[in-house]
Formats: sequence, C-alpha cells, structure tokens
Amino acid sequence: MKRLAFALAFAALIPAVHAVEYIQVQPDKSTINFVYKQMGVAVDGKFKKFSSQLNFDPAKPTAAKASFDVELGSVDTGAPEGDQEVAGKPWFNTKAFPTARFVSGAVKALGGNKYEVAGQLSIKGKTQDVIVPATFTAQGNTGVFDGNFTIRRADFSIGEGSWAKFDIVANDVQIKFRITASTK
Amino acid sequence: MEVKHYTATAKALHWLMAILLFGLLALGFYMHDLPLSPDKLKLYSWHKWAGVTAFLLLGFRLLWRFTHRPPALPDSMPKIMQFAAHAGHLALYGLMLAIPLSGWLMSSAKGFQTVYFGVLPIPDLLEKNKELGDLLQTVHMSLNLLFVAVLAGHIGAALKHHFIDKDDILIRMAPRHAKEK
Ligand code: HEM
Repeated sequence: MKRLAFALAFAALIPAVHAVEYIQVQPDKSTINFVYKQMGVAVDGKFKKFSSQLNFDPAKPTAAKASFDVELGSVDTGAPEGDQEVAGKPWFNTKAFPTARFVSGAVKALGGNKYEVAGQLSIKGKTQDVIVPATFTAQGNTGVFDGNFTIRRADFSIGEGSWAKFDIVANDVQIKFRITASTK
Repeated sequence: MEVKHYTATAKALHWLMAILLFGLLALGFYMHDLPLSPDKLKLYSWHKWAGVTAFLLLGFRLLWRFTHRPPALPDSMPKIMQFAAHAGHLALYGLMLAIPLSGWLMSSAKGFQTVYFGVLPIPDLLEKNKELGDLLQTVHMSLNLLFVAVLAGHIGAALKHHFIDKDDILIRMAPRHAKEK
C-alpha cells in the first residue's frame, strides 16, 4: 500500500518535472524579417522592434499561446528612402496604425519538432487568418522557434494607389522569423 | 590620300556604345533625383540592365581592340597631341570599365541584386553593407562626372580635328558611305 502511494506520488511528479515553459522572449536573439520581390528580384527587409508574449511547453504544445506586436515604424527596407515611403499612407500608414499584431489560436503538433500555429494577423485595421508553420529547437534553458509564412500585401491594403499593381512590387511577402525564448 | 578606316566592327561598337552610354548617363542623373515611385524602381532596373549591356559590349570591344590595331594617328599630329589622344582613350576605356563595375558593386552592397532583364541573376559581389553601399554610390557618381568631363574633351577633340585641323580623324570612325577624299 505504502509502495503504491509512493508510485502514485512519483507519477504525479513526472509532469511537473517535464513542464519546462518557454516564456521569456529574448529580443536581441530574435528577428522578424521579410522578403519581397521587386521586379522579380528578391529584396530582404526586417522589423527592428517588436514585443511579444509567449507560453510554450513542449509537453503540452496545444496549450501554447503567443502574441506579437510589431512596431511598423521600425521597418528596414534596405534603403532609407524605402523606410520613409512604407511608413506613409499608401503602405503601413504608421500614424494611424503603428503596430501589426499576431495572436495565436489553435496549435497543432505535427510530429518531431514541427508545429503549426493558426492565428490572426492584424495590419492596418484589417485582420486575416494565417497558418504559421514553425519548428522548435530546445537548447538548455532557451528554445528557438523558426518559421516562415507568406502573406499577400493586398489583403491588408499595404501599398495602395500607384503601388497597388503587382508589376513592380509583388503581392506575396514572405515573413521569416526566429524567436529565441528562455524558460524564465 | 586614302583614308585608313577603323574596322566596321570597331565602328559599330563605338557608335552603339556612344548611344547607350549617353542614354545611361542621362537616365542615371535623371532617375537619381526622382521621388520614390513604381516608375523610379522601373527606371533603376532598366538602368542596371542597360549598364550590364554596356559592360558586356565593352568586354567584346576590348577583345576586338586587342586583336585589331586601329589605324595610326597622322604624322601631322604633334607627338604631345598623339600622347594626349592615347591617354584620353585609355581613360575612356578605364571609365567604361570602372563605372558599370562600381554600379554592380553598389547594387550588391545595397542589397538590391541585379537580375539581367528580370531573368538572369547576376551574382552579388559584396555582402549587404549600408556604409559601403553609400560610399560606392558616391564612387559611381564621381566616376560618371569624370566620364562626362573626359567625354567632353573627346568630342571636342574630334570636332577640332574635323573642322579646324581638317584631317581624317573623325571620318575614319564614321560609317563608310561618308565621303572619302
Ligand atoms: C557604363 C555604364 C553606366 C553609366 C554610364 C552609368 C551612369 C550613371 C549615372 C550618371 C548615375 C547618376 C549618379 C548620381 O547622380 O548618383 C547612375 C546612378 C546609378 N547607377 Fe549607373 N551607370 C552605369 C552602369 C551601371 C550598372 C552596371 C549598374 C548596376 C548594375 C548601375 C547602377 C546604378 C544605380 C543603382 C544608380 C543610382 C544611385 C542612386 O541614386 O541611388 N549603373 N549611373
């Protein structure tokens, strides 16, 4: 009897031991980059500032939650002239819509270290459902999420007026992220 | 006296590149000051494609030049002027080489790869580096200003030969049907 109680107590302990939760995003080791095509030529850019909230326990991936607020004014398009342009009204209109927001919904474990996060992305007052594939690699106290997904800028009215056609700047924009988070 | 002409190929390359380079200079200075717009980006791409074309033509032209001696300068020209003519031509070749090269390097450093006519990616020679990109832009522009100055001398000299010295220097680079004396 005593032995059973001991076993039960031990079993109860196991999840507790395994519950490593990655919650603290490390901004200096995290990046949100994007790739767009300009007359067929791939050009990289990045967002320098974003804040995030994260709860991820590899033992309970479906309970994971994440949200990101990206400061659109921190965009780096590769040219100062470009940075100024995309902050303006036809593009992000950062005065009226300073941040883009991603909020996770259902998380699916696809096996191995692969996951799929359904979520909602809001930019410039428009919200779209997105599916974000990601891999997770634990390295001791920190873990790294890597992934990319593609959005269409027209879905968010990014690039209006003379930019609305896709002959110069393509509709598809690939978002690539690497998020490093620690357990505390 | 019979005029010793340049080869037909040398003439074709000379005049084809003359048109192309004037177009590139005009387009370059014009597009640089435009506010950002889809048209500006389009002009930048065209400029790069035309610049790569000029670079390729120059390669062919240099090959031709090394295998075909141009007609000698007339003895009526003083030695110092002959030297100046050779130095001027050398400078033109140097600039025709250095200008597209600096444009290519600038585009690499700025992170805007050149894709020839939108289909043939030209390898980036440099890593993306903002400071270097800005520096190379200044280099590209300065070389172009120098090019304009040397071209002015080149054209001025050609006209002087034709109208003042009244020799065959311009005729021998002109198409064959131009009147031969
Ligand atoms: C013989 C060939 C070329 C000529 C005569 C030429 C001429 C010029 C001139 C006059 C400018 C304006 C300079 C200024 O005001 O800043 C310019 C700018 C420029 N050129 Fe070229 N170019 C040549 C080749 C190239 C090539 C091969 C490339 C790239 C592959 C290139 C890329 C550029 C770029 C990106 C600019 C704009 C700089 C800026 O405003 O940001 N050029 N070029």
